Amino acid sequence: MTEALRQLGLVGLGFFQRLGRAHLLLLAILAGVPPLFLRFSLVVRQLYSVGVLSLLIILVSGLFVGMVLGLQGYNTLVDFGAEESLGVVVALSLVRELGPVVTALLFAGRAGSALTAEIGLMKATEQLSAMEMMAVDPIRRVLAPRFLAGFLAMPLLAAIFSAVGVIGGWFVGVGLLGVDDGAYWSQMQAKVDLYDDIWNGVVKSIVFGAVVTWIAIFEGYDAVPTSEGVSRATTRTVVHSALAVLGLDFVLTALMFGD
Amino acid sequence: MPQPFCHAFVIMNETPLVRIRDLHYARGSHVIFAGVDIDIRRGTVTAIMGPSGTGKTTLLRLIGGQLRPDRGSIEVDGQPVHRLRGKALYALRKRMGMLFQNGALLTDMDVYDNIAFPLREHTALPESLIRTLVLMKLEAVGLRGARHLMPSQLSGGMARRVALARAIALDPMMVMYDEPFTGQDPISMGVLVRLIRTLNDALDLTSVVVSHDIKETRAIADYIYLLSEGKVVAQGTSEELEQSDSAWARQFLHGEPDGPVPFHYPAPAYAEDLLAGEEAA
Repeated sequence: MTEALRQLGLVGLGFFQRLGRAHLLLLAILAGVPPLFLRFSLVVRQLYSVGVLSLLIILVSGLFVGMVLGLQGYNTLVDFGAEESLGVVVALSLVRELGPVVTALLFAGRAGSALTAEIGLMKATEQLSAMEMMAVDPIRRVLAPRFLAGFLAMPLLAAIFSAVGVIGGWFVGVGLLGVDDGAYWSQMQAKVDLYDDIWNGVVKSIVFGAVVTWIAIFEGYDAVPTSEGVSRATTRTVVHSALAVLGLDFVLTALMFGD
Repeated sequence: MPQPFCHAFVIMNETPLVRIRDLHYARGSHVIFAGVDIDIRRGTVTAIMGPSGTGKTTLLRLIGGQLRPDRGSIEVDGQPVHRLRGKALYALRKRMGMLFQNGALLTDMDVYDNIAFPLREHTALPESLIRTLVLMKLEAVGLRGARHLMPSQLSGGMARRVALARAIALDPMMVMYDEPFTGQDPISMGVLVRLIRTLNDALDLTSVVVSHDIKETRAIADYIYLLSEGKVVAQGTSEELEQSDSAWARQFLHGEPDGPVPFHYPAPAYAEDLLAGEEAA
C-alpha cells in the first residue's frame, strides 16, 4: 500500500514537473515571437513545412469527409422531406466541429509528429547545443518560428478543410443524389452565421493550432536524446495532441454554443 | 613610456585564459568532479585526457556555461562563467568556438550556410563579405570545393572539418574540441591533428582538446591534464607525463588493461559468486 502510494506520488510529481517545464518553455517561446516579425523569412520557411506540406492530406480528407456528410445527411433528411437543407447540415457540421477537430487531429499526425521528430533529432545530434555555443538561442531561432507557423497554419488549413468538405457534400448531394443546386447554396447562406458558426470555428482552430504545436515542440525539446527517446516523444505528441484537442473541443463547444 | 603597456601585456598573457578552481559537479548521486583545478594558458593547445566516462565532455560544457558547477569557480578570460547569465554569457560564447564530437552541423543547411550561420546571426556584414569570409574559412580546412554539399553528403572527417571552419567563423579567442579524432580513418585523423595545431598557431588561438586518443593528442598538446575519478590525477607536458611515476599516467599512456582503473567492474568475490547458486543470480 505504501509502495503504491509512493509510486503514485512519483508519477504525480513527474507529471507536474513536465507540466511546469512545458509552461516555462511556452513563456520562453512567446518571448521569442515578437522579434520574428523582423525576420519573417524564418516563419515563412516553417509555414511551408507545417502548412503547405500538410495541404494534400487536408484536401483529400476534407473532400471525403464532406462527401460522407452529404451522403449520410441526405439519407436522414430525405425521410423528413428536408433534403434541401443538406447544404446547411454539411456546412454547420464542418465549420463548427469537423473542420477544426479533424484538421487538428490530422495536423497533429502530419505536422506535429514531424516537428517533434525534427527537434528531438536536432537535440540528439547536438545541433541545439551547437547553436547555444554559437551564442544563438535555439528557443528563439528554432522553436519560436515553428510555434508561430503552426499557430498561423492551423486556422488556414481548417478553413481549407471546411471549404473542400462543402464542395464534397455538394458533389454527392447535388451532383449524385439530385438535391437542388440553388437550395443547397441558398439555405447554407441563410442559416450559417458569420459570428456564431464561422468565427467560433476559427477560434477553435486557432486554439487547437497553438496547443498541438506547443505539445509537439515541447515533446521534441524535452525528448530523451536517443533514437528510442525521439520515437517515444513522437508517439506522445500524437496521443497527447489528440486527447487535448478532443477535450478542449468539448470545453470550447460548451462555452460557445451552450445556453 | 611604452613600458607599462608592455608590462600589462605580459601579465595578461601570463594569466590563464581558463582558470578552474575546486570544481565540484555531480549528476544525481554520481560524482563527476570532486575538486578539480585546471589552468589553460593562452596560445597553447591543452589536452584533457582520461578514460571514457570521466567527464571530459562535461568539463567542456561547464567551461562553455551550458552546465553549472555545484561548487567552485570557472573563469574564462577573467569572467566567471559559472555566474554569467543571458546576454553576458552569450557575449562570451561569441568569443568561444566548439567542435562537437559528431560535428553537430545544421542538417537543413549546406556547408556554406553552416559556416555563414554564426556570421549572419551576429553581424550585419553584407553578403559579399560573408562569402569572402566563408570561403577563407573553408580554404583553411581544405573544403572550399565542398561548399555546396549537404551535411549528409560529407564523410565523418569532412563534417568535423566543416564544423571546425564554423567554430572559427567569428575569429574566437579559444576553440574547444570534443573527441575530435574518434572514429576517424588515419588520413582524416592526420588532417585534423595538423589542422588543430596549425590553426592554433596561425590564428593565435587557445585550444582545449578533450580526447582519449593518446598518440594524436600527445603529438599536438603543449600541456596535458589526466582526469580520473573526478580528479586531476596527473599533469604536465607529454615528456613529463612519460617520466611520471604516477600509476594512473602509466596505465593510461601505455594502455595497460589493469591498474588504478580496474579491469573488473566491482563485484563480490569470484568463488563466492560461483558457489552462491542460481538463487543469487
